[in-house]
Amino acid sequence: MIKDITLGQFFPGNTYMHKLDPRVKLVICFAFIIVLFVTEGIIPYALAALFIVLGVKVSKTNPKMLLKSLKPIMFLVLFTSILNIFYVEGEVLARFWIFKVTKEGLLTAFYMTSRIVMLVCATSLLMYTTSPIALTDALEHLLAPLNKIKFPVHEFSMMMTIAMRFIPTLIEETDKIMAAQKARGADFESGNIFARAKALIPILVPLFVSSFRRADELATAMECRLYQGGTGRTRLNVLKLTKNDYVFMVFCTIFFVIMIITSVVGI
Amino acid sequence: MEKVIRTEKLTFTYSADEARSFALKKVSLEIEKGSFVAVLGHNGSGKSTFAKHLNGILLPSEGKVYSYGFDTSDPENLINIRRNVGMVFQNPDNQLVATVVEEDVAFAPENMGVPSEEIRKKVDDALKTVGMEKFVKHAPHMLSGGQKQRIAIAGILAMEPNVLVMDEPTAMLDPVGRKEVMATIKRLNKENGITVILITHHMDEAAQADRIVVINAGEVTHDGTPREVFSHRQELLDIGLAVPQTVEILDELGLKDVALTVDECCDILEKYLKG
Repeated sequence: MIKDITLGQFFPGNTYMHKLDPRVKLVICFAFIIVLFVTEGIIPYALAALFIVLGVKVSKTNPKMLLKSLKPIMFLVLFTSILNIFYVEGEVLARFWIFKVTKEGLLTAFYMTSRIVMLVCATSLLMYTTSPIALTDALEHLLAPLNKIKFPVHEFSMMMTIAMRFIPTLIEETDKIMAAQKARGADFESGNIFARAKALIPILVPLFVSSFRRADELATAMECRLYQGGTGRTRLNVLKLTKNDYVFMVFCTIFFVIMIITSVVGI
Repeated sequence: MEKVIRTEKLTFTYSADEARSFALKKVSLEIEKGSFVAVLGHNGSGKSTFAKHLNGILLPSEGKVYSYGFDTSDPENLINIRRNVGMVFQNPDNQLVATVVEEDVAFAPENMGVPSEEIRKKVDDALKTVGMEKFVKHAPHMLSGGQKQRIAIAGILAMEPNVLVMDEPTAMLDPVGRKEVMATIKRLNKENGITVILITHHMDEAAQADRIVVINAGEVTHDGTPREVFSHRQELLDIGLAVPQTVEILDELGLKDVALTVDECCDILEKYLKG
């Protein structure tokens, strides 16, 4: 049923990975991506792959889910590797017609592919093990310094929360409107792409109108509950770093340093 | 008795240039602490407009509103007014802010700057009061309408208000949800001593109140106990309102009694039939 949709790609669980502070996970994920892009070499990437495998094991994520998340980027991966194989100059390994395959090209293609695949794996792992609410919270904390340059951090995260809160409501509403329009003889399934796009108008217009009405009512309700922006606001669930978080951070830092060292030494 | 709400010749027009279209006309009312008042009126009577004046969402065009002793027209007072006079609206979907029940109930105390351990206590208390303590970690969109509305009420209760204004809280609910919400409202009034102002167009809901105020075309036409108000059946019919069926049947039989509950109605009928 449409009501059962999950928000984001979060799979609730109770593993070590799920219990980590979302800020730590977010920072580590970000650091991992940076390390991926500054290192090169077989060993560092083998280590990175090991890191992902460990993550999958610890979080008890179904590896199939990770492969699924890779599907949409398959085209991008293929495209970049083909370009790299044929267009990077260097020691020629094979040549046919106007194409030539170089050793450097193959290596670059391999590195690029590994980077993209592992980047997606790492971010997917983060999404699978962290609830959207926790992620928004973490983002609000981590972006807090931006307040100094007048970036509305609190407002930004409030908007994210409300957006997530209203996704199921608006899906339900879309369902209702579609049913109502179908009952009046609207046809959403036939015709070319333009005809179908045009058929969406009778859905979108009422949806927008009702969204504005909802926004207005929600704003009033929020004011009635004393909302005055982020200043002076406290939180029910305060993020706190535990021993587990420190252990995880130290472990990851050591892992990343080894990756960088092996890359620099050039094994 | 202490008056928690006082309106003095409250007049309101939605558009300033059209002076004829009064939404409210010189409404002067006093509401006593701890009472359960139903404001009755059909669509467009001005009853919702009246409700929105009680915690300063709308400000009077003329006249004054004192909520918990504070003048609503002074912006300085708004926070104090809204802390004391909580407001629940018709559509529960448009009142809930967060994707987890506990986070939503915590919204108001968070805004008040309450320390987190105290918020936890307030959230637990509020959820217990509305009987939803089992749903702390649930997502609101998975709950029924009545349950969502009870979460919305809990979200207001977490502010620990003295007055609860409910603007047709059962209008979007099914019969089961309506019963749940009405039972919660009555309990809040009787057990927790919260003053309740219930805006409604359901006669059976209004019959459960201590006092009924009938608003028609922006003016108060009746004000009294349910018994007094429902004894004017013809006048209520004239302004497009009905009376509870228990009142209607006795009136049709030419009896002077006013019955508010089915049991009461049965007793009177029994006596009547026995002669």
